[in-house]
Amino acid sequence: MADTTQKEVLLDVKNLEITYGSGKKKYTAVKNASFQIYKGETFGLVGESGSGKTTIGRAIMRILPTSGGEIIYKGEKINGKISKTLDKKVVQEIQMIFQDPQASLNERAKVSYIVSEGLMNVRKDLSAAQREEKARQALLDVGLLPEFASRFPHEFSGGQRQRIGIARALIVEPEFIIADEPISALDMSIRAQVLNLLRKLQKERGITYMFIAHDLSVMQYISDRIAVIHKGDIVELAAADELIEHAMHPYTRSLISAIPMPDPIRERGKKLLTYDPNMHDYSVEKPQWRELRPEHYVLCSESEAAAWSKLYE
Amino acid sequence: MENKDVILRAQNVNVKFDLRGKMLHAIRGIDLEIYKGEVLAIVGESGSGKSVFTKTFMGLLDANGKITDGTIDYFGKDDGTPLRLSDLKKEKDWLKVRGHEVAMIMQDPMTSLNPLKTVGDQIYEAVVLHQGLRGKEAKAKAVEYLRDVGIQEPERRYKQYPHEFSGGMRQRVVIAIALACSPKILICDEPTTALDVTIQAQILNLLKEMRVKYNLTIVLITHDLGVVANVADRVAVMYAGDIVEIGTAEEVYYDPRHPYTWALLSSMPQVGVKGEDLFNIHGTPPNLFQPIQGDAFAPRNPNALKIDFVKRPPYFEASPTHKAKTWLMDPRAPKVDPPAVVEKLRKGGL
Repeated sequence: MADTTQKEVLLDVKNLEITYGSGKKKYTAVKNASFQIYKGETFGLVGESGSGKTTIGRAIMRILPTSGGEIIYKGEKINGKISKTLDKKVVQEIQMIFQDPQASLNERAKVSYIVSEGLMNVRKDLSAAQREEKARQALLDVGLLPEFASRFPHEFSGGQRQRIGIARALIVEPEFIIADEPISALDMSIRAQVLNLLRKLQKERGITYMFIAHDLSVMQYISDRIAVIHKGDIVELAAADELIEHAMHPYTRSLISAIPMPDPIRERGKKLLTYDPNMHDYSVEKPQWRELRPEHYVLCSESEAAAWSKLYE
Repeated sequence: MENKDVILRAQNVNVKFDLRGKMLHAIRGIDLEIYKGEVLAIVGESGSGKSVFTKTFMGLLDANGKITDGTIDYFGKDDGTPLRLSDLKKEKDWLKVRGHEVAMIMQDPMTSLNPLKTVGDQIYEAVVLHQGLRGKEAKAKAVEYLRDVGIQEPERRYKQYPHEFSGGMRQRVVIAIALACSPKILICDEPTTALDVTIQAQILNLLKEMRVKYNLTIVLITHDLGVVANVADRVAVMYAGDIVEIGTAEEVYYDPRHPYTWALLSSMPQVGVKGEDLFNIHGTPPNLFQPIQGDAFAPRNPNALKIDFVKRPPYFEASPTHKAKTWLMDPRAPKVDPPAVVEKLRKGGL
């Protein structure tokens, strides 16, 4: 859990813009996104499909080029052209866990190779035997048996495969992990296992997470702070409980109203809020990033700010 | 439910799959009655057999699988004669059941729609086949179904192709096609899993409306207990090819009896306390290639009794509508309290 009194910024994203395609087919997937991630915290990024949440994650990983703005990691700019040594450092320190454990593991490689492949890049000093040893240790760390190293991915269940994916990320000793919907493809009983594992690793190693998901219920549980993204714009950002209890932006409020709860009586009486982006009139007043409550930021115009601030008085 | 007409009754249904000579016992003796007009949710993890079980209602088992024991009777026919589904062998007989009596909606709308045909034509097709309408009349009906499922400007959208629709809209089209078959029972297999949460809630609401408008009985298959609390009248929890607990939604959520249901409810992130570990169900579901001794959940159940490993529990009744297969409900069993989450849910203090 992040200590809020003493915050060290690990990642600073400033006015990030990411576009796909060029010319007439140009599409801006992320517009002007800004946020900071503190060391040791779990930062949640929530949005529906097509909102640009995965795009941001991939841009931080340097898989996608950015078209504007800056991504600053530990005080150094890491988007655009950077030096080879910095590139190597970024590759080692920032790792990713993917959504679909079926698709993200090489079917034709043994688990030992899948897990230890990253070492060949960042730890060239290690021998094959040492790499193998580290792979076994990484498997042990994520609650799998070291014997699994000699098997192939198809021999494992979804939850076990996701653990292999986590072991692969851990082996290069990253400081920052981007987890892109790591549990949405898993069964209910397995979800809890994976979430508990991620939490345990954070406690032991002080890893910082950026958690990407479309489901606020999981986010509230796992994240320290949550940013809500809609069609490429970050519309609201606050501490997890603050965001759920005092949501201001209508999009966030619609997401919260849709959280499914295991409580039939309340569920039957619940009212779904729908979000219509046309409700904003930004033709005269342009929306701005405003702090409406302490540490609680919302993208809104001045008149909206006045109205939404009254919601919880 | 005031109206307790049974529309489908499964008795001791067993399904086995032959996989290269090895037998997989996918469904292990399910007894279930589905009532007319209800929404029954079947909740289970992957591999629990929830899809396989409902496929037997439509003769859709893969070629290597068959019902080895038990019966499935259907009572929904217009002329009132019962039909023994488990005895149907020929495709010709099944064609009379599929669509017109029982229809199914799959998880991924893109794979159930034909990408080369306009959505209108696909609904039209079902109207022609199942309602005997032709030409203009059939087209008008198809447009009406599109409007019913909440698609704006149905006349214009009628001429569009599936790729011009968003995921949620596609699922609405799939529902329209299923409705056009005028089924009595609509089986929805994870209808919202591939969708965003807000869309998910809209589709569930749509199903609720359609149930009333078209007099449907809905069987909702899902792996997520949270999703169905909103729509289900009754909930059946499946584990390792059997229904281990069944009751009204209130009974299953507020007064669950089976340790597996307890575990599922406690492991949901929605009920998790920040900064504390979630309840963890250890281990993995049993291997259905091997015969199962006793209660299938026993090896993963921290409160398992000795008898759980020896003898398979029968149903014990908690109320006339609520029963569970667990020895904990035997009068001789020691008292085990349900986990704290259950108590919290009952008091509504989430």
